[in-house]
Amino acid sequence: MQEPAITEEVIEQHGLSPEEYERVLTILGRQPTFTELGIFSVMWSEHCSYKSSRLHLKKFPTEGAHVIEGPGENAGVIDIGDGLAAVFKMESHNHPSFIEPYQGAATGVGGIMRDVFTMGARPVVNMNSLRFGKLSEPHNQYLLDGVVDGIAGYGNCMGVPTIGGEIYFSDCYNGNCLVNAFTLGIAKADGIFRGYASGPGNVVIYVGSKTGRDGIHGVTMASEEFVDDSEQKKPTVQVGDPFMEKLLLEACLEVMKKNLLVGIQDMGGAGLTSSSCEMAGRAGTGVELDLALVPRREEGMIPYEIMLSESQERMLMVAEKEKEEEIHAIFKKWDLEAVTIGRVTDDGMLRILDGGKQVAEIPALKIAQQAPKYDRPHAESETQRARRSLDPSGIAVPDDLEEVLKILLDTHNIADKEWIFEQYDHMVRTNTVVLPGSDAAVIRVKGTKKGLAVSTDCNSRYCYLDPYVGGMNAVAEAARNVVCAGARPMALTDCLNFGNPEKPEIMWQFVQAVEGMSAACRALGTPVVSGNVSFYNETRGEAIWPTPTVGMVGLLHDVRRFMTQWFKKEKDALFLVGETLDELGGSEYLEVIHGQVRGQPPVLDLEKERKVQETVRAAIEQGLLHSAHDCSEGGLAVALAECCLTGPGPHLGAQVTLDDDLRPDALLFGESQSRVVVSIEDKDLDAFKEIANRVGAPITFLGLVGGKDLKIELQGRSLQWPVEVLRKIHRHAIRHHMTHDTLD
Amino acid sequence: MRFGIVVFPGSNCDHDCYHVTHHLLGEETEFIWHKEEKLSGFDCLILPGGFSYGDYLRTGAIAKFSPVMDAVRDFAEGGGLVIGICNGFQILLEAGLLPGAMKRNDSLKFICKDVWLRVETSSTPFTNTLEEGEVLRIPIAHADGNYYADDATLARLKEQDRILFRYTDIHGNPEAAANPNGSRENIAGIINENRNILGMMPHPERCAESILGNENGRKIFDSIVKHIR
Repeated sequence: MQEPAITEEVIEQHGLSPEEYERVLTILGRQPTFTELGIFSVMWSEHCSYKSSRLHLKKFPTEGAHVIEGPGENAGVIDIGDGLAAVFKMESHNHPSFIEPYQGAATGVGGIMRDVFTMGARPVVNMNSLRFGKLSEPHNQYLLDGVVDGIAGYGNCMGVPTIGGEIYFSDCYNGNCLVNAFTLGIAKADGIFRGYASGPGNVVIYVGSKTGRDGIHGVTMASEEFVDDSEQKKPTVQVGDPFMEKLLLEACLEVMKKNLLVGIQDMGGAGLTSSSCEMAGRAGTGVELDLALVPRREEGMIPYEIMLSESQERMLMVAEKEKEEEIHAIFKKWDLEAVTIGRVTDDGMLRILDGGKQVAEIPALKIAQQAPKYDRPHAESETQRARRSLDPSGIAVPDDLEEVLKILLDTHNIADKEWIFEQYDHMVRTNTVVLPGSDAAVIRVKGTKKGLAVSTDCNSRYCYLDPYVGGMNAVAEAARNVVCAGARPMALTDCLNFGNPEKPEIMWQFVQAVEGMSAACRALGTPVVSGNVSFYNETRGEAIWPTPTVGMVGLLHDVRRFMTQWFKKEKDALFLVGETLDELGGSEYLEVIHGQVRGQPPVLDLEKERKVQETVRAAIEQGLLHSAHDCSEGGLAVALAECCLTGPGPHLGAQVTLDDDLRPDALLFGESQSRVVVSIEDKDLDAFKEIANRVGAPITFLGLVGGKDLKIELQGRSLQWPVEVLRKIHRHAIRHHMTHDTLD
Repeated sequence: MRFGIVVFPGSNCDHDCYHVTHHLLGEETEFIWHKEEKLSGFDCLILPGGFSYGDYLRTGAIAKFSPVMDAVRDFAEGGGLVIGICNGFQILLEAGLLPGAMKRNDSLKFICKDVWLRVETSSTPFTNTLEEGEVLRIPIAHADGNYYADDATLARLKEQDRILFRYTDIHGNPEAAANPNGSRENIAGIINENRNILGMMPHPERCAESILGNENGRKIFDSIVKHIR
């Protein structure tokens, strides 16, 4: 292509406002070249600069004794003892996945794994958080099928197990699905690599795939709303090559093991531009690159295209000159291309040459430091406020409560996700102790006695009704899930998916959610160590529900003490840790049975939450419990049913008596927070009660495990379901919808 | 004894096999790079699972041309034990060291889950600690595990007692519903005529220790060690 002249139209096409362009002129002291305009455009896109969110992200607690690296690097790092660190992050790939589900999801997974192994960690866990419109729409089936296939195609080939995740379906995602990918890696605590272009005179080395025209302006596309042209945007979606990434992973880890690097960064969003700018910016140095040396897969690419390409599976490394040869040799062993394309300088400039001719020269630090930062107006809208009002007297209690539970287990938000996770290799690396299908997945950490539990969570319906409470609940539920697996919650990463931040009501949702999450993080002692913001999740002006997804990581000191959610033994006593309140607002029940998305979502008392978690965790650590399961969508009745019907079998029933005068639907299906159903052997009852007493968590005896039926007595009603019937409904729902197969 | 684990670029169960043979069984184990042309001093070679060379073409179709495969062939002709697991099995088929071919799973999807396998013969170096008819729980993880062989080959496999494992239900019945991928006659693993090359789709290395909730796979490795000793 030819370089166009810089006109107002060209500037606008690059997503820069007149004020932002003025700022470019001030930094440069002259008009930018076309290449420079491209660089500013991507670096100051919402995706790269966080210009609308930066101000508020500061509210997150990010520190803790165990935090080695907080937000700002490629991924967050926490100390897990034994000289090891857990490196993790979650990132969105929403827009690309909606345009091209297989490649969009695949490259999302590839990108997040690179963020983790860039830091010197071997990825050992993949998770994800997915949102689609309802599966009754064929297009949503197509998206789900493609996204799951893409995640599987990339993760399985890399040999990194996808051990769990979460998925929800709601109409608000019809025009904008969400694909958030999480990766956790293990590194030596003293062997963390960072994205620093330190040491003037050091060489800059390009490794991995050749550069093509794919993905140019991917980040700009991710920083706009969808209109009706998403088909035309297919070329902005990159194509993944997991085999290349597998080679890159092994070669990078080998180079790192030999300590041959000064700094390294993934070429992800905004490719060569962001990696070189950010590495120089962090180190306070300059970087000079000659694009003529960059390996290319197409002819005739101009500097602008090379700088903005988002071709996948590429890394930028900085090393001392003497190490250059050894690095090249290692990459050669893996049949990879490693090319020295430039050097670190001491003048603070990002200088781009094309065969010796200068095409761009920008002060590297200033691109980041003087990036626009907006305090966007935020205010609650009237319609937002109105959603929270709910008159429960207008909601009739259904006559057939047995049928209600069956309907809830059949809804795709609650139904079994086996059809999905069976497509992911969740066992490779032989660390997976708790497979997908319990509250949190657990891996053992080889070479130690420890384990890690991971859970991704967000109830976006709560966030839609009250983003502050929803944000709190996302953190609390993720922590509770990790606790139910027997782990102590340590830290989290997040993926904040919202609509257009230029609309005050959307910005209000964002600010509220961040503040709610921050409050929960402080109360539960779980700092935010990494994350990502995805705005502009709108199609034709219709925003998704606010979806601040949380990826929580917890530590088990003795992995043999892991816990699962299903009942294990006849005659075990059943207890509820926590309390059921008179709450229907925002529940799955209210939407599915009464067609209403309204009301105040369940309140969260952070002090009570902490006590509930402490009680459950201590009881598991002392080996007192046989199962522990968090109550979430569908309330206590669904939680009890899941305890009966999940797991490898024998799928025991239970006899439960709910001695309470709340309205029966709130008691059964209300979604009060801070509740965990536990089962426990007679001999351990006293020790369990002693813990709850000491910590100050309310506990209630519910009944006994056993039999082939789930029976619930309440207020003179006697409800009964054969476990096998419930199990069939639960397992069948999604699989049947996607394959039309029936299970035996 | 000494195990060798062949590492193709794209292998991803190599470390899992190493963990079992070295850390759990305590046997000497070495990785063998795919560019090696000579092998010596090994008692058993493992071709591990994964996606050798990306497998964008047909699984194992490129791996069969890698330099190490000639050495593997020589080693096997000399009577050495070779076990191909998942992608390793696919490579052995492509290389012609075992008969038949792999098709895409019937569902056209990758499937990762525990399955039940019936042991069809114990008179091999890989199953000598197992009982005929014994039912094992072992996970599969593949997109191309739909074993196909023509009628004549199948007849020969049966006649020569070369089918080692069949997919069954928990009681050992090889029903259609227990077949996860569409393999002919529920075949999950076969051996060559000389009874020293095994190919199997399920992953015994993934279930060889108690913390993973299943030790059934260990018996296959134990059999190998018993045979060599």
